[in-house]
Amino acid sequence: MILALVFLGAVVGAPLRYLTDRAVQARHDSLFPWGTFSVNLAGSLILGGLAGAGSALPPSLAALLGTGFCGALTTYSTFSYETLRLAEQKAYFYAVMNVVVSVVAGLGAALLGYTVTSSLLG
Amino acid sequence: MELDDSLDPDVDLRVPSQRHELIGQHGPVLGVIALGGGLGALARYGLAQALPAGPGQFPWATFVTNVLGCLLIGVLMVLITEVWTAHRLVRPFLGVGILGGFTTFSTYVVETRGLLRPGTVPLAFAYLAGTLVAALCAVVAGVWAARAAVRRTGHRREKAV
Repeated sequence: MILALVFLGAVVGAPLRYLTDRAVQARHDSLFPWGTFSVNLAGSLILGGLAGAGSALPPSLAALLGTGFCGALTTYSTFSYETLRLAEQKAYFYAVMNVVVSVVAGLGAALLGYTVTSSLLG
Repeated sequence: MELDDSLDPDVDLRVPSQRHELIGQHGPVLGVIALGGGLGALARYGLAQALPAGPGQFPWATFVTNVLGCLLIGVLMVLITEVWTAHRLVRPFLGVGILGGFTTFSTYVVETRGLLRPGTVPLAFAYLAGTLVAALCAVVAGVWAARAAVRRTGHRREKAV
C-alpha cells in the first residue's frame, strides 16, 4: 500500500517537474536554470510544511505527498548536472549562484513551510 | 521538428481542448517520465528503508541516493549527447524520470532543517555541505569516467561542426 502511494505521488510529481521546467525555461533567456530552481523551491516548501505537521500527518499521506510527490518533483541530479554545465560553459558566476541560491532558498522554504504548519497544528 | 522546441508553454492545462493537444503530442514523453519517476521514487524509498536514520543522525540513505543519482546522470548525459543518437524517449525516461524521481532536493533540505537543533548543528552543516560537494564531484566523475571509457573503446560519435 505504501509502495503504491509512493509510486502514485511520483507519477504526478515527475511530469509536473518536466512541465514546470519547460514552461519556466521558455519564458526567459538567462543561463540560470530557473526551472529546476522553481520545482526544488516549491517541493522544499511543501515537504517542509508536511514535516511541520508531525504526527498530525497520516503515514499514507506522508508517503503519497512527501516521499512520492515532493521527492519526484524535486531533483538533485538535474541540479548538479546543470551546475556542471554552467561551469563547462565558463559561466562560473551562474554556477556558484545556482548552488548558493538553491541551497539557501531551499532551506529557507523548508523552514518557512515547517514553521507555518507546526504553528498551525502544534 | 526538434523535440526541445515542440512544447508550447502557453498551453493552458485548464482548457480541455488544449490539454488534449498537449497529451496527444507529448503523451509518450510524459508517460515515460511518469513511469520512470515512479520507479526512481520506489528505489529511493527502498534505500531509505534499508538505511533508516533516526533523529539527530546523518541521513545516509538520502546522501547515497543523491550522490549515486548524480554519478549516473553524468554517465547518462555523456552517453546520450556525445556517444549514441538516443531514441527520443531515452533521456526523458532515464534522466528526467528515473534519476529525477530517484534523487531529491526537498528531502535534503528538510533533513538539514531537522538537524538544525542544539547538539546537531555541526551535523546539519556537514550534511548540507557534504552532500553538495559529493554530488558535484560525482557528476564530474560520471562525465569523466564515461568520456574516458568512450575514448578507450573509440565509440565517440563524430560531432557535427
